Amino acid sequence: MGRGLIRRAIDWGTRKSPWIIHFNAGSCNGCDIEVVDALTPRYDLERFGMLQQGTPRHADVLVCTGAVTLQTRDRLIQIYEQMPEPRFVVAVGTCACSGGIFDGCYGVVGGIDAVIPVSAYVPGCAARPEAIIDGVVKLLTALKKQQKEGPIVVKAEGDEIVKAETLSGEVVYEKDKEEVSQ
Amino acid sequence: MAEKITIPIGPQHPSLKEPACFTITMEGEKVVNAVVGLGYNHRGLEKACESRTYIQDLYIIERVCGICSHAHSTAFCQSLEYLAGVEIPQRAAFIRTLVAELERLHSHLLWLGVGAHEIGFDTLFMYTWRDREKVLDLLATLCGNRVNYGINTPGGCRRDLNDEEIAMIRKAMNELEEQVKYYTELALNDTILAARLSGIGKLSHDDALRLGAVGPVSRASGVPDDVRAIDPYAAYGIVPFKVITDDHCDVFGRAVVRVLEMQESIKMIRFCLDNLPSGEIAAKFPRRIPAGEVFTRVEAPRGEDTHYVRSNGTDKPDRVRVRAATEANWHAVRHMIEGDMLADVPIIIAAIDPCYSCTDRSFVVKDPLTGKDKQMDWGALRQYGIDWYRKERGVDPSRIPLPGKRFY
Repeated sequence: MGRGLIRRAIDWGTRKSPWIIHFNAGSCNGCDIEVVDALTPRYDLERFGMLQQGTPRHADVLVCTGAVTLQTRDRLIQIYEQMPEPRFVVAVGTCACSGGIFDGCYGVVGGIDAVIPVSAYVPGCAARPEAIIDGVVKLLTALKKQQKEGPIVVKAEGDEIVKAETLSGEVVYEKDKEEVSQ
Repeated sequence: MAEKITIPIGPQHPSLKEPACFTITMEGEKVVNAVVGLGYNHRGLEKACESRTYIQDLYIIERVCGICSHAHSTAFCQSLEYLAGVEIPQRAAFIRTLVAELERLHSHLLWLGVGAHEIGFDTLFMYTWRDREKVLDLLATLCGNRVNYGINTPGGCRRDLNDEEIAMIRKAMNELEEQVKYYTELALNDTILAARLSGIGKLSHDDALRLGAVGPVSRASGVPDDVRAIDPYAAYGIVPFKVITDDHCDVFGRAVVRVLEMQESIKMIRFCLDNLPSGEIAAKFPRRIPAGEVFTRVEAPRGEDTHYVRSNGTDKPDRVRVRAATEANWHAVRHMIEGDMLADVPIIIAAIDPCYSCTDRSFVVKDPLTGKDKQMDWGALRQYGIDWYRKERGVDPSRIPLPGKRFY
């Protein structure tokens, strides 16, 4: 099944000029200033076509810093749900990857992946701008591959996954059968 | 009379990078009431400190805030050194001061950029953040990390300076001095900046004292409130510097104070390098600390940062309490927003250099008799303290003059 012209145009736009939104989920500020640093003259993330946006409705990539706190948990889900498809999440910093030094604190839920699905992890305390750029570029490379093959559609009943297939109709997983293919 | 409208701003909002929710009630374009909603960054690190050893706590305390991490770790180390009765070597005190001033330099450059960004002056934002990279390079060379330096340890410092690094700092300071001079000229003489920043976020001298504003916010209202001068720590008793104050009492004044403070910082860094004593960088520090309690303060780039530590004789603290500068400034912010235009709100909030991760601590006051939550105003709290000391310790603190009367 071929994909439509508009779909291909959106894919190309996402790949060539991903707009990012930055959300602090409970970070110590260290990673936040490094994310902003990556946008300023020395590192200049804008040369990859990346532009920081103020609203989640205009963004393709959600750059998250910090361990998720109880207070920001619902807001993070809200922001993620407001973003248009296809959407990607980059967890910047050790706290965002796993909870880091704050793991186990009473106000902390855990890393970003405890709340929303994460596409790329950038560890470091604080993550250096070079690492953030590297993470985003790697995400774009993976994105290109995914766009070529198309996303996988998952059908579920309750919590259990019943069937997973690609857009072209190729079945990747079916509940009662043996694993068909990777 | 215009109808009143209530607008929620945040917790995710484009102007500031951290989550906070401001509920602003307006009459037309004028703000009549503002409620500051905090707590989005509350992680519970004071409690976490109680279950870890002092050395582990140091790493948590550094991550209270990524921008003024050195101020926090200095305050915490000072508390421990006081409790253990350890005096740090002179060289360590100078290195602490040096790193603190570099931190102030980077924080003020960061603020100038963020402030410029809030008023739509993105060119200045890019300029200052480019220059800030020079300071971060120095910090990365001296401490090993761009953010969260980790140079402090109880009893001194973890890294020494060598001649190569000193030469590097001197070279960078010469370059930065040129740039800071340019920013000073820009802040003092540029008509656009003056027109945009003058007259908004007014905080009079009396209000600054009444609302307990600290740091550049209070200094811009003419209050010479600087912990480095009134309660010297590390090497601040030796290093000469001028407390910058300004009598504009508005956002413009705050910008002027910060820019002039950068010049002072550069002078102080040079003095530290010229007069760096030789010798050890760290004193031996015990693992267990005798029981006691201590309250210390340091001057973070944003203002007075206070730490309270109570030890119980083991290798873990009994209680750690952090009150960072931004927490003290919120009352002033509410006062400053009211009566101003909605369009001025982002820059007024940004003018205190807010840091929410510093601020979001929580505590509950319980009445020991009824077990219920209890709230006190400032006068009742002072009276409670006086009564407690009279009863428990047999001293009468009511005769001790308030700091306001002594220093200002």
